[in-house]
Amino acid sequence: MKEEKKEEKLLKEILALYKSNKSELIPILLQVQSTFGYLPPKSIKVIARFLNMSESQIYAVASFYTQFRLTPLGKKRVSVCRGTACHIRGASHILREIERILGLKEGETSADLEYTLDTVACIGCCALAPCLKINDKVYGEMTIEKVREIFSVSEKQ
Amino acid sequence: MNKMRKILVCHGTGCIGGGAEQIFSLLEKEKTRLNLSNVVLKRTGCHGFCQRGPLVIVEPEGILYCKVQPQDVPEIVQSLLPGGNPPQRLFYHDPVTGDPIPYYRDITFYKKQQRRVLRNCGRIDPEDIEDYLERGGYQALQKALMEMTQEQIIDEVKRSGLRGLGGAGFPTGKKWEVCYKAQSDEKYVICNGDEGDPGAFQDRSLMEGDPHSILEGMIIAGFAVGAKKGFIYVRAEYPLAVKRLKIAINQAKEKGFLGKNILGCDFDFDIEIFQGAGAFVCGESTALIESMEGKRGMPKPHPRPRLAEVGLWGKPTLINNVKTFANIPLIIANGAEWFASIGTEKSKGTAIFSLTGKVVNSGLIEVPMGIKLREIIYDIGGGIPNGKAFKAVQTGGPSGGCLPARLLDMPVDFDSLTEAGSMMGSGGMVVMDEDTCMVDVARYFLEFTVRESCGKCIPCRVGTKQMYDILDAITKGEGKREDIDLLLELSEVIKRASLCALGQTAPNPVLTTIRYFREEYEAHIFEKRCPAGVCDRLTR
Repeated sequence: MKEEKKEEKLLKEILALYKSNKSELIPILLQVQSTFGYLPPKSIKVIARFLNMSESQIYAVASFYTQFRLTPLGKKRVSVCRGTACHIRGASHILREIERILGLKEGETSADLEYTLDTVACIGCCALAPCLKINDKVYGEMTIEKVREIFSVSEKQ
Repeated sequence: MNKMRKILVCHGTGCIGGGAEQIFSLLEKEKTRLNLSNVVLKRTGCHGFCQRGPLVIVEPEGILYCKVQPQDVPEIVQSLLPGGNPPQRLFYHDPVTGDPIPYYRDITFYKKQQRRVLRNCGRIDPEDIEDYLERGGYQALQKALMEMTQEQIIDEVKRSGLRGLGGAGFPTGKKWEVCYKAQSDEKYVICNGDEGDPGAFQDRSLMEGDPHSILEGMIIAGFAVGAKKGFIYVRAEYPLAVKRLKIAINQAKEKGFLGKNILGCDFDFDIEIFQGAGAFVCGESTALIESMEGKRGMPKPHPRPRLAEVGLWGKPTLINNVKTFANIPLIIANGAEWFASIGTEKSKGTAIFSLTGKVVNSGLIEVPMGIKLREIIYDIGGGIPNGKAFKAVQTGGPSGGCLPARLLDMPVDFDSLTEAGSMMGSGGMVVMDEDTCMVDVARYFLEFTVRESCGKCIPCRVGTKQMYDILDAITKGEGKREDIDLLLELSEVIKRASLCALGQTAPNPVLTTIRYFREEYEAHIFEKRCPAGVCDRLTR
């Protein structure tokens, strides 16, 4: 109950920064997501009311863009780059190794909400291919060995 | 008296990933410890040579230190003391002779470049407007507002021959003129920073490394077409670019380059940042506008009249790419003739590429239009690493194509690239060697298109999936005799019938690989062989 109240309060604070303009939808969703880490179902309802739109219209937009999540993400978000330079330098092997270590497939989150494993179209660090990102930190020139080092056994526990 | 020195620490995304922030704070500590009052430390944007990062540069000498690690810091700072010697092992070493090269201007990677748009990248602190002003920043704006009429500015841009650097190459001045002539109480200027091509990072580097040059270009554009409001649409994946642009906008406001009565003239202009939410198709201008209006970013048939007449919220809207705007201050300050003095007949000025893949030196480069592919790959790029053979170079991302060795002497400009079946695109240039499988590359790009197709029109949504399935089967050894013809037929339909450029250009990677590397497809289909040894279900 307490959590819910807190969530409502945070949402109210966010929406207070906007003018109920339909074109504010994406900025609002981005801000809600950065506050909660995902778009809680409750937030969709509140935003719909605020912008005088239907919930389905909000879902239509939220599901179109890759940034938006409708389920909670792990504490550590691992994004493996599948850009062109990364691809020809073996990104698929890197992804496979991380999938093996974390026991997750692309797009999945671990049950303990520690890790989310994802791929991105391009991080933009192509000169350091293959690369990956954990939260906001970029790791370049990845090899299977370096991946094992990053996700060493102690890290996993 | 000790000579004034500047230590520049590259803070592009690549160098930060390598630990540039830590290097910077260690340099600061060491500088304080030695009490070096003649040394100024600066954080800069991307210096270009990302692969050798973290980069540290000492000016005015122009010494470049590569792959700097925390333990190297004391030596670098101590070398600035009288009689100190710069640590040689951190220099760039010539890949052929192994000789250390201390000055970046002597390194082939920099030597053949002509840095106009990137002139400030890696040299100024992008978070400090004073640095930009010191290098002549906002003088073009002053000239435009004080000495030129709207028509004169548009004419200057037209005469320069500048073409849109987002990929399509539409003449910039012509676009401005249409927007200028459109009658409306309100107009908008949008900078398209939704760089989504995998393998391209030049827009990011420019936004991170020299944000004021983009703002200056946009303000001049706003004045020329009669707009009061500008937006920069930045890709969601570029948080550092957003941060630096925000700082730049605030500083420009404080200095009176943005806001009401700019430079005391009867001209108001404001710029706001709009963050994208992750959709490749939003680089397409009609989709970008949909997304800014709060909708799904799905393209519309291009309106007649054009977006420059009926765009955002139904108002005339000028949309240009990041690099296009960054060229504007140069054209206004130096004149159209200066701008057009380099380049080819129909492609003037410079092109910026992200040179990556199987190449010795990779990074961000700026070259005159018309330079040969060979000069880029072998002189600037230093050739193919590990003694491997060159196979292809990919330009234009998922809309472009793969060009073979026999086209290496082709000039790089809008029209030559299009003629060869590829395109300039937003500036990705990925080099591939003998270990790259061309069928796998085609499959890779189609996988990208399938993911990013918005699903609105059938040729793109269904057609690219069909092409992907065929390519996937070929790489698994399940290719059939008729597959190549079927791919060509599907390509033709998708090119002709798709609604927007995403679909219309999606077959290019397949068409060019069939055109130039047909024997590789045939080896996969008829001999169940992958000559590059990439497709793991096939023999080599």
